[in-house]
Amino acid sequence: MSYSSELYQQVILDHNRKPRNFREMPNATHFCHGFNPLCGDDITVYLDVDNDHVIQDVSFTGSGCAISKASSSLMTVHLKGKKIEESKVIFDEFHKMVLGEFDPEKSENHLGKLTLFMGVREFPSRIKCASLSWHAMIGALEKKAEGITTE
Amino acid sequence: MPDSGAVLAKKPAIDVDKIRKDFPVLSRTIDGKPLIYLDNAATTQKPWSVINRLFKFESEEYGTVRRGAYKLSERSTRLYEESRRKVADFLGAASKEEIVFTSGTTQSINLVAYSFGRRFVNAGDEVVISNIEHHANTVPWQVLCEEKGAVLKVIPVNDDGELIMTEYDKLLSKKTRLVAVNHVSNALGTVNPVREIVRKARAVGAKVLIDGAQSTPHMKIDVRELDCDFYTFSGHKMYGPSGVGGLYGKMEVLETMPPYVTGGDMIVQVTLEKTTYAKPPSRFEAGTPPISQVIGLGTAIDYLNGVGMDKIGEYEHSLLEYGTRLLRDIPGLRIIGTARDKASIISFYLDAAHPHDVVTILDQDGIALRGGHHCAQPTMKRFGVPATARASMSFYNKYEELDALAASIRRTIKIFS
Ligand SMILES: Cc1ncc(COP(=O)(O)O)c(C=O)c1O
Repeated sequence: MSYSSELYQQVILDHNRKPRNFREMPNATHFCHGFNPLCGDDITVYLDVDNDHVIQDVSFTGSGCAISKASSSLMTVHLKGKKIEESKVIFDEFHKMVLGEFDPEKSENHLGKLTLFMGVREFPSRIKCASLSWHAMIGALEKKAEGITTE
Repeated sequence: MPDSGAVLAKKPAIDVDKIRKDFPVLSRTIDGKPLIYLDNAATTQKPWSVINRLFKFESEEYGTVRRGAYKLSERSTRLYEESRRKVADFLGAASKEEIVFTSGTTQSINLVAYSFGRRFVNAGDEVVISNIEHHANTVPWQVLCEEKGAVLKVIPVNDDGELIMTEYDKLLSKKTRLVAVNHVSNALGTVNPVREIVRKARAVGAKVLIDGAQSTPHMKIDVRELDCDFYTFSGHKMYGPSGVGGLYGKMEVLETMPPYVTGGDMIVQVTLEKTTYAKPPSRFEAGTPPISQVIGLGTAIDYLNGVGMDKIGEYEHSLLEYGTRLLRDIPGLRIIGTARDKASIISFYLDAAHPHDVVTILDQDGIALRGGHHCAQPTMKRFGVPATARASMSFYNKYEELDALAASIRRTIKIFS
């Protein structure tokens, strides 16, 4: 299987087993609950954003499949220290990548390690797993108190 | 439960290699691997006889039903009504007029909820369902109860996924208008004691709907012996086309019910002031029906009768025993739904991997099964799992396919551990 079509890369499996920043954040400035009713994936993303719009800390809790857990975990690692505006750009690139509308191998991007999730585009039923925590992150920044769902 | 060797030693009730030749899709490959189709509770594959019947009907005989006075339409109408007869006989109905064609179980239940429910369920009345229903047999009753100020009661289940019948007894009262439960649970495979459920509901004067979406493909049904008021089924789960299914209703009950969808074909006379409704089943079949699908369903029933429902049940039961045995032996695998009486459905949960991941890995091995909540979220909640992976077997499945399933599950566990 080619690099890009392999869904369960070692790094993804590792983040599934040992998710990073997997904790509640009592002093979060923003948080949002994300739910995928199709598979029951249920993830809450917490952010601590300072006055300069820099994400000082980001974490998540909840349960889900390997793809949604690893995606959440890698997202938290990637976004720590980024500005809100940058995060929105990265969200956009990530979202388009898993939908197959953006090819990070051909375009300049801000995805870093997140290109590991490129394989998701070959698995239409898993796109929502990969993007759940990202939608929750954006929901948190937009202060969506009611949470977000993928449906 | 006998061990797998004992199951294998018995002469199978069915010559599965011969049966498999009847189903063209079973010989195809998925990414170079032979297809192992284990999602039969979601939908079943079609035999050649059904495919050929659909082709012949569409290419040589198609015409509208109940409307035209020319050859094509007359013949279509006759074939359509012949299918109704086949369904009636298959379910043991007293007459073919007790069979209403719908788009499937979902629509059949909605028909009863809207037509029977709106007329006969009132404020303070009670509707009883169970904790292991498909959303199709949950949401229509919630909506009805909310609209009418009626109360929805739920029969709880024990840890094996069996209805707790002593609790059912306590839920029944003079206020109970309707009991609606499935014959076989799609999420767990539990076969419910429907005879006892009907008898007890009768004793308090309640009507009973049995959701037969999962039972009709696996066992001989006799609605008269069962004495239920309604029984539902879906063609696409019985080796027939999708888009068609039906509702059995006792004639004396159907006659009291108003139409649910209105329009053409369900009337005797329309003036601009008033419409006189047709008798059942036409009263409930407004509009042009799925004609080819109904005829294909009749052919699917011929096919099932040809194989024999008793043999199907016996063979599928040995697949269930064999598969259960294999899966139970896998460390870290929990079977959800361990009722004494089960149809050939095995729902399971792995400590190591989420059902969605299980399904993705199994798919790489050519194995098709479902991972999710199976439209039964209250059931998942009862068993404390977000979802399960579910292998559902048909009489065209082989023991070897279950061996492959077990091997693939072990591989999955390794990947995620
Ligand atoms: C027990 C049960 N009830 C109802 C349904 C709904 O059937 P359909 O989708 O054919 O309307 C299903 C199918 O998934 C089922 O398994």
